[in-house]
Amino acid sequence: MKGKGEKFREKLIEYILFALSLSAIIFLAGIVLTLLKEAAPAFRDTGFLNMIVSKDWYPTYEPPDFGMLPLIAGSFMVTAIALMVSVPLGLCSAVYISELAGKKEKILLKPFIELLSSIPSVVYGFWGIVFLAPAIQRHFDLSSGYCALTAGIVLGIMSSPIIASLSEDALNCVPRSFKEASFAMGADRLETLINVTIPAAASGIITSIILGTGRIIGETMVVLMLSGGAAIITLSPMEPVRPMTSAIAAEMGEAAFQTPHYHSLFAIAIILFIITFILNMAAEKLAGKYRLKLGSHR
Amino acid sequence: MLRLDTNKNKPDFSSTEIRDPLNRVHIDVSQQPKIRVRNLDFYYDENQTLKKINMDIYEKKVTAIIGPSGCGKSTFIRILNRMSDFAASSKVRGEISLERRDIFDPEFSPVELRKRVGMVFQKPNPFPKSIFENIAYGLRINGVKNSHEIEQRAVKSLKRAALYEEVKDRLKESALSLSGGQQQRLCIARCIAIEPEVILFDEPCASLDPISTAKIEELILELKKYYTIVIVTHNMQQALRVSDYTAFFLMGELIEFNETKKVFENPSDKRTEDYITGRFG
Ligand SMILES: Nc1ncnc2c1ncn2[C@@H]1O[C@H](COP(=O)(O)OP(=O)(O)O)[C@@H](O)[C@H]1O
Ligand SMILES: [Mg+2]
Repeated sequence: MKGKGEKFREKLIEYILFALSLSAIIFLAGIVLTLLKEAAPAFRDTGFLNMIVSKDWYPTYEPPDFGMLPLIAGSFMVTAIALMVSVPLGLCSAVYISELAGKKEKILLKPFIELLSSIPSVVYGFWGIVFLAPAIQRHFDLSSGYCALTAGIVLGIMSSPIIASLSEDALNCVPRSFKEASFAMGADRLETLINVTIPAAASGIITSIILGTGRIIGETMVVLMLSGGAAIITLSPMEPVRPMTSAIAAEMGEAAFQTPHYHSLFAIAIILFIITFILNMAAEKLAGKYRLKLGSHR
Repeated sequence: MLRLDTNKNKPDFSSTEIRDPLNRVHIDVSQQPKIRVRNLDFYYDENQTLKKINMDIYEKKVTAIIGPSGCGKSTFIRILNRMSDFAASSKVRGEISLERRDIFDPEFSPVELRKRVGMVFQKPNPFPKSIFENIAYGLRINGVKNSHEIEQRAVKSLKRAALYEEVKDRLKESALSLSGGQQQRLCIARCIAIEPEVILFDEPCASLDPISTAKIEELILELKKYYTIVIVTHNMQQALRVSDYTAFFLMGELIEFNETKKVFENPSDKRTEDYITGRFG
């Protein structure tokens, strides 16, 4: 029999842990509420739809324009470029590590990938400034190397470890029996990889790409340092752009408290939040499906 | 898998003679074997798992491999189609030939070997694809491109695996929606679709209920008309029911190999007798 005091202590610990875990929800709710409250005047004055479809972002002009389209377009452009780098890079390393590398190579490679993902983003940005931006400027003969391409490439490199490591987990989770079945039917390694292993890991791989995308869209420091900062709508990756995160970071300091500019920066934050929220939900849903699919075979 | 053979020359398959003074391993020299195994040693790291195995596997016959857990049955049949290649730091010595062709010959690719020597595993392992795709995949990687032909051969092999009637209306459904016994028959269908010459079964009924087991046994007797079959089994009754020849393994050694009837009715070795009468194992 446990003493009364001991029982009480156990209960107490349980309540404390419960309260702490609840605090995550409270913080989230608090952040969302603050965002909504501060963004509300902007949406009220300009209108939600109007705000995201108008093409002019001139917050300091008289009268100011708060069209977010160039910022959203900038984010999308940079993200698309980054994915073109990180998806092939991440997937190839995942496939190599999980399917082809020997034990020693694995032991050597994995820590490096993990290390790559632990480098602070300002360091990536710095590398972009001193190395990549000048290289791109010279190579394409541009007036400035700070453009969507530079930011996108650096973001791509930066987010490839997430994709690599999560995809590698997904590939590793493919039951050996599937591969054995394929080999026993006379498939070679490449056929097995393409037709059996990768499809069986597909939802895990897609999840990794979605999470990587979330990381890219939300990344601030690199785009602030490298994207060039021009709020224009363009299809050329050589042009400077101003993604949403860099607009917020660059302008929050100069926007006077409780002005329309200030409120519209919160509105941008809301849009960003919605995008990353959707991405996370999608990833979560896919991951669940993936577990279901392979569950019986583990 | 590393090959340890001392003589680099092609093995000499003309010598059928093996030393077995007690005649426990009975090799029928009048028959041309489908697969011939001579002096086979196999190691995982330094542990010798198979010791000097000599036996023949005859064409269009069922050969049962029996023996207690861990005696090397799975190891043995996985060498026959070189699935053992995937075991890291394993080593092999000796000779195995498929119709007089050395299966370890560098010019005989394991991929080609596995097309001729198919395998059905202990646990049903259909791909997480549709029933139809499970079969079509093997055909495609074997170079069948014509979708009409793929369909025809898929239906034919499903019929041959006695599964067609049960699944003909749901070929597009996931193979994972089938019952365990059906999944195993799908694995058999998928294997015979590529028309192998030999089919290796590694305890195919180990995870199945008695009714599914009976169906698979019936199927094996039917398949014997077309294929050479090797089946590992834990079940003495099953060996007796389905096989023509039986090999009894114990701790990596082949203790006895003969016609099934002889092995069960009049074993030459005391240990075989003990095992089949259930005294150990
Ligand atoms: N991949 C492997 N690596 C190392 N040892 C193995 C491996 N597979 C099997 N063994 C060992 O080899 C012996 C024979 O195993 P196995 O052929 O699976 O036996 P059986 O099928 O007769 O039960 C066992 O002692 C087992 O532990
Ligand atoms: Mg076994």
